[in-house]
Amino acid sequence: MVRSRDDIVRTIGKPLLADDERVKISCRNVNVYYGEKRAIREVSVDIAEQEVTAFIGPSGCGKSTFLRCINRMNDTIKSCRVEGEITLDREDIYDRNVDPVLLRARIGMVFQKPNPFPKSIFENVAYGPRIHGLARNKSELDEIVITSLEKAGLFSEVKDQLDHPGTGLSGGQQQRLCIARAISVQPEVILMDEPCSALDPIATAKIEELIDELRRNFTIIIVTHSMQQAARVSQRTAFFHLGNLVEVDDTNTIFVNPEHKLTQDYITGRYG
Amino acid sequence: MQYAYLLILITLLSAIGYYLGRQRSSRLVKQEIRRLHSLPGHYGMYVALWCSVPAVIILGLWITLQSSAIESLVISALPPEIQSLPQEQLSLVLNDIINIAGGIIVSDAPDEFLLAAAGHYNQLKGTGFLALAALLMTVCAGGLAMGMRYIRPDMRARIKVERTMQALMLLCSAVAIVTTIGIVLSVLFESIRFFNQIPVTDFLFGLKWSPQIAIRPDQVGASGSFGIVPLLAGTLMISLIAMLVAVPTGLMSAVYMSEYASDKIRTVVKPLLEILAGIPTVVYGFFAALTVAPFIREMGGRFGIDVSSESALAAGLVMGIMIIPFISSLSDDVINAVPQELRDASLSIGATRSETVVRVVLPAALPGIVGSILLGVSRAVGETMIVVMAAGLTAKLTANPFEAVTTFTVQIVTLLIGDQEFDSPKTLAAFALGLVLFVITLCLNVIALYVVRRYREEYE
Amino acid sequence: MNKQDHEARLNLIKSRLKIRYAKEKAFRAAGVTAILTALSMLAILFITIVGSGYSAFQQTFVRLDIHFDQEVIDPERSGDPEVFSQADFAGLVKKSLRKKFPDVRKRRQKRDLYSLVSSGASFQLRDMVMNNPGIIGSTKTVWMPADDDIDMYVKGHIKAGEKGGGRIKDYKLAWIKELSAGGAIEKRFNRTLFTSGDSREPELAGIWGAAVGSFYTMFVTLVLSFPLGVATAIYLEEFAPKNIWTDILEVNINNLAAVPSIVFGLLGLAVFLNFFGLPRSAPIVGGLVLTFMTLPTIIIASRASLLAVPPSIREGALGVGASKMQAVMHHVLPLALPGMLTGTIIGMARALGETAPLLMIGMVAFIVDIPAGIFDKATVLPVQIYLWADSPERAFMERTSAAIMILLAFLLIMNAAAVILRKRFERRW
Repeated sequence: MVRSRDDIVRTIGKPLLADDERVKISCRNVNVYYGEKRAIREVSVDIAEQEVTAFIGPSGCGKSTFLRCINRMNDTIKSCRVEGEITLDREDIYDRNVDPVLLRARIGMVFQKPNPFPKSIFENVAYGPRIHGLARNKSELDEIVITSLEKAGLFSEVKDQLDHPGTGLSGGQQQRLCIARAISVQPEVILMDEPCSALDPIATAKIEELIDELRRNFTIIIVTHSMQQAARVSQRTAFFHLGNLVEVDDTNTIFVNPEHKLTQDYITGRYG
Repeated sequence: MQYAYLLILITLLSAIGYYLGRQRSSRLVKQEIRRLHSLPGHYGMYVALWCSVPAVIILGLWITLQSSAIESLVISALPPEIQSLPQEQLSLVLNDIINIAGGIIVSDAPDEFLLAAAGHYNQLKGTGFLALAALLMTVCAGGLAMGMRYIRPDMRARIKVERTMQALMLLCSAVAIVTTIGIVLSVLFESIRFFNQIPVTDFLFGLKWSPQIAIRPDQVGASGSFGIVPLLAGTLMISLIAMLVAVPTGLMSAVYMSEYASDKIRTVVKPLLEILAGIPTVVYGFFAALTVAPFIREMGGRFGIDVSSESALAAGLVMGIMIIPFISSLSDDVINAVPQELRDASLSIGATRSETVVRVVLPAALPGIVGSILLGVSRAVGETMIVVMAAGLTAKLTANPFEAVTTFTVQIVTLLIGDQEFDSPKTLAAFALGLVLFVITLCLNVIALYVVRRYREEYE
Repeated sequence: MNKQDHEARLNLIKSRLKIRYAKEKAFRAAGVTAILTALSMLAILFITIVGSGYSAFQQTFVRLDIHFDQEVIDPERSGDPEVFSQADFAGLVKKSLRKKFPDVRKRRQKRDLYSLVSSGASFQLRDMVMNNPGIIGSTKTVWMPADDDIDMYVKGHIKAGEKGGGRIKDYKLAWIKELSAGGAIEKRFNRTLFTSGDSREPELAGIWGAAVGSFYTMFVTLVLSFPLGVATAIYLEEFAPKNIWTDILEVNINNLAAVPSIVFGLLGLAVFLNFFGLPRSAPIVGGLVLTFMTLPTIIIASRASLLAVPPSIREGALGVGASKMQAVMHHVLPLALPGMLTGTIIGMARALGETAPLLMIGMVAFIVDIPAGIFDKATVLPVQIYLWADSPERAFMERTSAAIMILLAFLLIMNAAAVILRKRFERRW
């Protein structure tokens, strides 16, 4: 049977988790439109708690778009419209009563290009706690900043230059600063949109190590175009293709024994 | 206007040159254009340039030098007792001669020698024009012949023509430099003459400005005083009021337009603000004098405040309105140049839009905003018509915005408007004020342009 | 981190949300207020100008029966136009007025009676006779412009009679009432405003002289600044080497764009009038000064539009063997031209509204005649507005507003043309 490109692929593998307790985020029949164009088609998937889930797929497949739906960053794009249901701890995040500000305090994000604010390192990390009023006084704020930097594995490198501008750091350090900034408000979930694509291999390795470390405290979703990275850092992997979620499974299964022809072709490098 | 005919003549001859050059080049190779180094049109252009460039240079030189040459010839032909008159009176006499020559009746019975001189003047002008026309014809024809002689199939006409065009373009760009030099020299020379009469320190630090110099020494206020401190204070006060209006309004408009407004609102509001920017300053001046000043005066009266009808407040407010679109469009550009990633980062931590703007976007855009504010100040300081029509004339050293103050530009206009003798300190003072104004705005502009440029480089 | 910690943290954030959203709202409101302030200023400006100026497009006329008396106009029956033009036409008007109001005897009152009709009426009658000598000896009904005080009163701009605090005497008021009861006073379209030069009498003043002056000045500016600006832009963008000199040139041009316009006026005064001895008040000098002012605008706009032409166009032309000059002239320039024209129109619109530098070079002189060329004495529209705004007569105020409306109409047309040009030729590469 010849499939037209508009056909909806039924996701194969294990998109939904058997163990309800482990579900942190669940998405059901999510569609995303840019104006008239449908960028995400009928995606249903569960994200497990305290685990790294990787979204992979060729560029333009919609994995980043989907990621930005999860903390409602797509709200900022006027033509963008989201259909379907996404829940965080069984609570619909697109419900009218849900405040995007509060939601984003629970779901942090790290971007493709390191984007520290043009402020000092300290101010970069203190930004979140300040706006949310998480620190009652200066010493509490200091503590939050130091813990966040420590968790991001950056503190030892910058402890003498906290008042230097964040933009003066190297690319890898900048990205870890951004991670520190994201975890400073102690979110439950961290979304990472190709966090290493602008970095060199050594900086990448450090970030990957960090992600493995952070897994203990946070639920992490990482979008990556590097299959090796997905294989290295994630426990579960979801493969997107042309707006469809083709296959989701344990990372091992996906890379060793993919079910779908498209997944197989992609991870063996037929296209990408 | 007669010079226009000469220009037309040169153009015509050049066109002929173009045609002939084309013809000759293609005939030289028996219509086998491939054997020519350049296209026939290039040879045509080559001849045309030979024909026109020298002629135009001569025409320009002639026009600049002619009037002074004729004047000195006329003067040397005047009776000796008149030639020995002092410079100022001589120039008056000369003025009369030129007026008579132009057919303007100066007095009922002009002196005999004046009529003769006027005749002489007209005769010189007539011969001069004929001589110029003849000279130009010769130069054009000569250039044409030269150009034609140089045409060879292997002559690199295209390269020569293009080099000449490039040189002409360079010359055009030099106009911008020449303008600046012209401004600097013209205000500087007169200012130096002014400072020969009035010490620089009196000018810069004097607390009193009253440029009226009595004609007779026994009149009241016989010596004018030229201290610019009150003018500086007035200029600064009006500019400050203007910026107090323009900066918050312009900046907030820009923020709203770039961060909140939908495309629909933007397409409506932006052109409207541009209209505000396109209104001539004389209209703002009329608005200030007709509507705003009386309104403020009346409001002041209601609250028991004595407001001058030419209050600094009225002029400043209207000037502020004029500068709003200026600040808003510059800040809009600057704010849009802040990368979207920074906004995303802030929003993704859970900041509201306003928190993002106040804590991330504006600090990041600060250098650019400062630059646009400086340009706004520069504009306020140099603005003329609003203050001429709505601010006062008397220089008063006051901090009360309800009183009338005066500015540099108002004084320049009042000192120079109407007839003036060119050597009195009064008129020269206007140029000294112009120098101060130019220096102040130059500093503001250069700092602002530098800051904005650095800012742009940072995000590009 | 455990669930309770998260709960506590969320509650802490929640507790502050209300204040934060209130601040957000206030910030937004401040933005809206700023825009509304700017727009309402624009609205107030337009409303005051239109409100005080629309009535100037009408002028009060008085109807009189004029007897073109042979004895007064041409007693010797020479039929010579020279003789006609010397005749006492004002006398004819006075005579007609006396006939209409025979009771007026006192000298003071008589003078007031004569001042009902504009002093320009006699010129109108003279022109009638000059055009058609046949009317000599006959009696014609003629509509003549009323004096500006009467005009203002009829339009309701100044208060009635002395007792009402106005400046029109009560008996004069009675004449006006009588005239208008007889249908002899009427408001008609004010043609004079569009066809005359300046005048000391508001009812005879028009903007045509200034408009023609503006036209000549703009003509000079356009002819000089467009080629100069485009050539400079092409040189800087396409040919100039990148070195310190071009850097200086660039800073210099950007600075020139922000030099106060009055400084250009000083340049014009010192260089063109005093050094080169060009005539005062002439459009040629005004045009030169405005050229220097407009040049930076045109250069900056032209450079931007050259920059917007993608390098692939140049490379394409160079790739088939065109020289750099040919690539620029044949391929880049045509694509950049609409943008350059847009910039030029905007620059010209700004120059059309410019006043201050022209004051410096004497274009503020009181000039009645319509200028006939770029070396004639002239004034321009914005300066005319300035001159009228400075005049004490109430009638000049409405004419100032009317002149502003006309100037703004020109500017709107020019800006609309620029917008249309930009929309039509806008290309996205």
